[in-house]
Amino acid sequence: MSPRRRDDGLMVPPVEFGSYYGRAVVKAPAWHHDIAAYLFTGGLAAGSALLAAGADLTGRPALRRAGRSTALGALLASTYFLVNDLGRPARFHHMLRVAKPSSPMSMGTWILSGFGAGAGVAAAAEAAPLLPQHGVLGLARRALPPLGTVGGLAAAATAPALATYTAVLLADTATPSWHEAYPDLPFVFAGSAMAAAGGAGMLLAPTAEAGPARRLALAGAAVDLAAARRVEHGMGLVSEPYRQGRAGAYLRGARSLTIAGAAGALLGGRSRVLSALSGLALMGASVLTRFGVFEAGIESAKDPRYTVVPQRERLGQRDGRTALEP
Amino acid sequence: MAGPNSLYGPLDPAPDAGYVDAPPRMGFFTDTSVCIGCKACEVACKEWNGVPDDGFNLLGMSYDNTGGLSANSWRAVAFIEQPMPREAAVTAAMTQQGTGTEPGAAPAPRPEPQFLGMPTTELPGRREGHDEPTDFRWLMMSNVCKHCTHAACLDVCPTGALLRTEFGTVVVQEDICNGCGYCISACPYGVIDQRKGDGRAWKCTLCYDRIGDGLMPACAQACPTQSIQYGELDELRLRAADRVATLHERGETSARLYGHDPDDGVGGDGAFFLLLDEPEVYGLPPDPVVTTRDLPAMWKRAGLAALAMGAATVVAFLGRS
Repeated sequence: MSPRRRDDGLMVPPVEFGSYYGRAVVKAPAWHHDIAAYLFTGGLAAGSALLAAGADLTGRPALRRAGRSTALGALLASTYFLVNDLGRPARFHHMLRVAKPSSPMSMGTWILSGFGAGAGVAAAAEAAPLLPQHGVLGLARRALPPLGTVGGLAAAATAPALATYTAVLLADTATPSWHEAYPDLPFVFAGSAMAAAGGAGMLLAPTAEAGPARRLALAGAAVDLAAARRVEHGMGLVSEPYRQGRAGAYLRGARSLTIAGAAGALLGGRSRVLSALSGLALMGASVLTRFGVFEAGIESAKDPRYTVVPQRERLGQRDGRTALEP
Repeated sequence: MAGPNSLYGPLDPAPDAGYVDAPPRMGFFTDTSVCIGCKACEVACKEWNGVPDDGFNLLGMSYDNTGGLSANSWRAVAFIEQPMPREAAVTAAMTQQGTGTEPGAAPAPRPEPQFLGMPTTELPGRREGHDEPTDFRWLMMSNVCKHCTHAACLDVCPTGALLRTEFGTVVVQEDICNGCGYCISACPYGVIDQRKGDGRAWKCTLCYDRIGDGLMPACAQACPTQSIQYGELDELRLRAADRVATLHERGETSARLYGHDPDDGVGGDGAFFLLLDEPEVYGLPPDPVVTTRDLPAMWKRAGLAALAMGAATVVAFLGRS
């Protein structure tokens, strides 16, 4: 503990940072694990819609079905998680009162709504073969596939926004380790979404049609690993929560599973079993990535040093004096 | 109504929010140098606003058993005991237990208990033998929502529940809030909070229901020492500058203003403070910046990542297999 020194009236704060009884300066996010789970399901829905649209356009019906049903399932789960996390779930529709560019959550609500409409129609179109050949339902049977293509393309058009806005959602907070990660977090989430959706495609579609899923998974894994590394090591003090405790364990697990899943996608593409296992690994990796990022942010908010020390350094640089002694 | 400074920089918030002929911006100047820690502000706030209790806890933080601002504490008085003023003011605030955040650091030395003297009816210093300053000081500060010029809570609110009033203050509409919690992680001061069992977000309204009728906010009305001053922000800023100059003249060189500067990271606070030590000693962030300052940059990065995702999908479908 170095005492505060006085040099010509200039006070040089000691290595230690001041705090009020060690209490947090900012409030830890009030969000529960619903939000971490939504980060995964939202990304999965987005990536799967992209895969489904591509499969639709390139004549891969099994991959299309897998993508559309995964997108719908993940979309429904997302909606549940989002509503369930509200302090007043019955008021979820208040989100639709306004469209507010300064609020990533408002933007996300509209992105998800638009995506949901398209993905819903696309998934409904998969039910067309179940309808009778004749009558009104027969008409629907013939109208649904082209409608599904339109809906699927609309969903695919909004999907990249759905997969990446969540990074802005987290970064646009006073939570130190989330905010500082804003340049890289969208890439972590986009990569994680591609890897998860590619993984789901590898799990659900036959290997003959799953080539694009494997390639999407590989691209996603590469982007995810590179961007996550920058988040975990490139931000100085506020990178620390990404390497420690539960968040660190989650993210290390995510890295191992991503590498394993990517290796499986690269080498085991012809084996149905290996493909499915690799797909599962990639989806698991995505879950762990999202929970790891979520936990790291919460930890960074709970400890005042992640708030105070970077701000002190900033002040020190601005005032042209050393804020922290080495 | 969005202008070039709508996200960052000096701004008069009410006109920026669309008010025509807005009244002068109102705010608080909390002068901690005359705070006596009576907590009348906390009580008055609870009474007027019907704020529920925040638990009856003994926190071991001097006389602070409120523990900071929360959904159920819209004024909270901080108490900092500094046994070694001047030379090591910061160490006292480092807590006697250590923060548990710096593993290698020794905890601050536990001071010997000091007798502060029995309360008397005399003014301090009037009696014989008490003129020498002791080597102990007791900082007290009534914390409150800052009603920022650039209020992150308001910016990120997805329902429009948070609004800017004609007085430039920031208020939650309790009939709109759906408890999404976004404001809570957006606030750089850790002010707004979710009320357990209720689910919605709550904070100081600067007594919107009183000031509209020309009344003082309850806390300022109840403050017996005028530590909490309410008024037009421009006038409060002048008053505060005078007060700092006076204190410096009298040798209290540690006096400084906090949150008064329209050029700071939040465009200046509607509720600002005179402090006697570094802000973090009181649990305040030393250099808060509204998170939405970086929002355009964030969307750019997200857009780039989204483009990359779209491109990767196209490439993934180029192959034959």
